[in-house]
Amino acid sequence: MRKPSLGQVGVYVVLGVAAIPVLFPVYYGFVGAVMGPGDLATYPPALVPTELHWQNVADVFRSVPLGRFYLNSAVQAGVITLAQVVTSIVAAYAFAFLRLPARAATFGLFLATLMVPWESIIIPNYLTVSGWGLARGSLTYLGLVLPFLASAFGTFLLRQAFLQFPAELRDAAVIDGCGHWRLLWRVLVPLSKPSIAAVGVYVFLSAWNQYFWPLILIRDTEFQTLQIGISQLNDAEAAQPGLVLAGVALSLLPTLAVVILGQRYIVRGLTAGALR
Amino acid sequence: MLLLPSVVVFALFVFWPLGRTLYLSVHGNDIFGAPSAYVGADHYREMLSADFGRVLATTALFTLFSVLPAVAGALVVVLLLEARIRGVRVLRTAFALPFAFSVATASVIFAVIYNPAIGVANGLLGAFGIDRVNWLTDPSIALPAVCAATVWMNFGYNILVLSAGVAAIPPEVVEAARLDGATGWRLASRITVPLLSPQLFFLVVVSTIHALQSFGQIHILTKGGPDQATTTLVYSIYEKAFAFGSADFGAASAQAVVLLVIMLACTAVQFGILERRVHYR
Repeated sequence: MRKPSLGQVGVYVVLGVAAIPVLFPVYYGFVGAVMGPGDLATYPPALVPTELHWQNVADVFRSVPLGRFYLNSAVQAGVITLAQVVTSIVAAYAFAFLRLPARAATFGLFLATLMVPWESIIIPNYLTVSGWGLARGSLTYLGLVLPFLASAFGTFLLRQAFLQFPAELRDAAVIDGCGHWRLLWRVLVPLSKPSIAAVGVYVFLSAWNQYFWPLILIRDTEFQTLQIGISQLNDAEAAQPGLVLAGVALSLLPTLAVVILGQRYIVRGLTAGALR
Repeated sequence: MLLLPSVVVFALFVFWPLGRTLYLSVHGNDIFGAPSAYVGADHYREMLSADFGRVLATTALFTLFSVLPAVAGALVVVLLLEARIRGVRVLRTAFALPFAFSVATASVIFAVIYNPAIGVANGLLGAFGIDRVNWLTDPSIALPAVCAATVWMNFGYNILVLSAGVAAIPPEVVEAARLDGATGWRLASRITVPLLSPQLFFLVVVSTIHALQSFGQIHILTKGGPDQATTTLVYSIYEKAFAFGSADFGAASAQAVVLLVIMLACTAVQFGILERRVHYR
């Protein structure tokens, strides 16, 4: 290989310096998780573990029901994702292919929901959902997902995808005696898999990472989601950073997997509005 | 009807609460939060106070200093990654890593790093002989510290969006510019950045909206303190409505209306001013 030029060396140096603040919290989140109190609870703190202290991982499960939090988050994010994908698919089909009364006006209403910040309507939503008794016991699951079963973002993205199919394809399917329902599920959905995956990954990550709604809604520890659980672990065990970081590292595994496996769908979904 | 599920959800959980927020904002409430008498613009008049002015100023500072550094920093990194060097893919993935962290997990990591007694941040300062800093309990440091953590949280996403933008630039355009002798700074400032303007515009709009809605990092790192130094508008709504058993839904709803108006205004202004200066292919 050709010797790198002076300019290229400069680029490496600048990127290397920039990488330190970006990568350090990542490094520390995982390495700190296996550091013992001897490394963490001293001043100045060690940057490299002197011994691997796996005890932290076991201690997390003793401090909080992390497994249960995992299950709760999986149910909450799983149901929201599945529901939003389905409601978005059928709504997108309606907007793309059906002649509906007041279609433009309804579409405008969908657009309007994107401009309303969730935080500005969270109080009445809390009153509604807790008023229905959905903040106690296993009904908490229902309260966690109910406001998030539909998505204007998913509807728009999938409508765009469906509109790219030539009208002839739809006409041919109809001539072959294929009804709307079959056309949608047998033809359009299988052909739109990348867009559907993009919506799914995006919805899953935002549901899994929710903070405000679970924080105010959930009253029983048994139904706490992982994000709130981690925050409570931090409050309860602040004196034991190793234990706290072990909880963080464990809770990061699913999102890391989704981000790594779904990388190309993420970019596609997240920039849907940017790349016209 | 296929639209029915979505329409029902939006009606129940977006449009009806929107009306109810307005209703609550002009009514008093008892200590359990149940609306009482009509109070007109009282809650809005209460907001013409120095306290609420401070909340708005904090929100503006937080937004400015969490959005701009994250967008500018990511732009510099993405441009540098365009220099013909080896290992670009690995470097790009490394810089995008913060995206995998939720607000809660990232905030907890920063809470450990900022720990005044045993945190790494002070350990590092100590190594240079600098006194310990109370990152989250010093009123003049807490807001910058929360902003810095937020910049980190946004960085990975910004890298992903800008990298996708760079990848979408037709290679012929860059090649032609290189043949004309454009390199380094000239290539970046005359070709790459103008062609990235749709992505930059998108990032500024989306991050501003995101920053105005930020909640988790403030709740985990500072709880709005010390002495209200990190109480943004959304955190103030939370405190009035839900914290410490307070159920002041009337006053909180009036602040929620202010949030709604600010968000709509920001979106309108940004689309009005920035859109015209953006280069679309």
